[in-house]
Amino acid sequence: MRIRPVGAHALLLDCTTPALVEAWRSELWRRREQGDLIAVEIVPAARTVLLDGLPDPTTTAQQLTRWASAVTAATTRPTQANPEDDDAADVVVPVSFDGPDLPNVAQHWGVDVSAVRHRITSTRFRVAFCGFAPGFPYLTGLPAELALPRLTTPRPRVPAGSVALAGPYAGIYPGASPGGWQLVGRTDLVLFDVAANPPARLNPGTTVRMVAA
Amino acid sequence: MTHPAAIEVLRAGALTTVQDLGRPGWAHLGVPRSGALDPAALRLANRLVGNPEHAAGLEITLTGCTLRLTRATTVAVTGAEVPIQAGARPGDTGRPLSVPAGTVLRIGPARHGVRSWLAVAGGIDVPPVLGSRATDTLSGLGPPPLRDGDRLPLGEPVDAPAPVDSTCCPSPPPELHLTLGPGPREDWFTPTAFDRLLGSAYTISPVSNRVGARLAGAALPRAVAGELPSEGIALGAVQVPADGQPLIFLADHPTTGGYPVIGVVTDVTPLAQARPGTTVRFHGPQR
Repeated sequence: MRIRPVGAHALLLDCTTPALVEAWRSELWRRREQGDLIAVEIVPAARTVLLDGLPDPTTTAQQLTRWASAVTAATTRPTQANPEDDDAADVVVPVSFDGPDLPNVAQHWGVDVSAVRHRITSTRFRVAFCGFAPGFPYLTGLPAELALPRLTTPRPRVPAGSVALAGPYAGIYPGASPGGWQLVGRTDLVLFDVAANPPARLNPGTTVRMVAA
Repeated sequence: MTHPAAIEVLRAGALTTVQDLGRPGWAHLGVPRSGALDPAALRLANRLVGNPEHAAGLEITLTGCTLRLTRATTVAVTGAEVPIQAGARPGDTGRPLSVPAGTVLRIGPARHGVRSWLAVAGGIDVPPVLGSRATDTLSGLGPPPLRDGDRLPLGEPVDAPAPVDSTCCPSPPPELHLTLGPGPREDWFTPTAFDRLLGSAYTISPVSNRVGARLAGAALPRAVAGELPSEGIALGAVQVPADGQPLIFLADHPTTGGYPVIGVVTDVTPLAQARPGTTVRFHGPQR
């Protein structure tokens, strides 16, 4: 864990591993809820957590240093001890596996299309972070060796609900947008609704299972 | 049934958007902060007409706009130096102006600077999205940019206009001097890159917008090649893409990005008035 400076009101917590990002995100959200931490934004990402809108980053940096050993210890505990890992809390996403890039993904993975579907539906994903567009989840859970390149030429329009893969992540496009990820399917699940609380269906930390629709 | 009080858009101009103080607090869901590029200028305009500071007004870009106000009200314009005409009567920036119902308000092209903020007593009462009425040009949240013929509802005034004659709206300086705080990825650049950033004059590129001010000038050489895993972005972050030309993130910036951030501009509000070609210089916080 390393604390990097970000201007006058923010800090970037460099966590080095996705597991530590998740542990820190969970701890920092809890601390903020409890009133131990004042921050306008706590933004997890691939290897970091950004804390923005800090009244006094120096004091926050000291707090982070104090909390570090407990957070590190939490990641080494067996996962069964974590109540958040209860299967019942998983969000189930029904997916029609008919994406145009399925054959390409199958070729990359050296398997057939049905094996791609099986691999995805048997993976328990977790929302590592959101970004790119409101409610777009970066889902981890696939093994590192199955990482995929982005398309060399991004599509000008990817339909809403497209389930896609790129790098080590799976993702779901909440709305239609340009996109360079490999499309494997689509879902009717509404991922972002400004009238809902929270507005994103898949928040950071949420566990996700995809089932064939 | 009578129409509720409204602003009728006769000429929307190059880019006129509804803005308030934005929607901070949702970055973890990929929602940009958005809001007025110069929040202090919008707050001032709101105070001048008796609005709470967070009321929604219009952010008007470069070419101005023409509006009709369907009820008698008070308006104020802050920011760029623009000609103001309320019916046959000329107005001044930084000064409340009471206008009768049906007044056509003409905001002309900016003589200096780029953006002005118009507050109308009662505020613009479009439905809030995640606590804000701001147009986010990146994600599309909030009302779309104004088009000719649009009708924007006005809220009920809550307070009397401020008892002031005028306020001081300084003209933007010919050259911007921005204070640079530390960035999280200085170590992704060569040791000379930060000095080069501080020692060089950059110019504002014409492709700048509400997402970011793109700069042209001395390229900042990287020490580490390749892509940085996506990480959270702060307002004012100076991101350096592969071509080495820095970009300063403004209110509609994406919440995460994959290019290294070399420094963070402490106050981005002067960039709201920076025309393409404006010279920008950076200095460190110690000066």
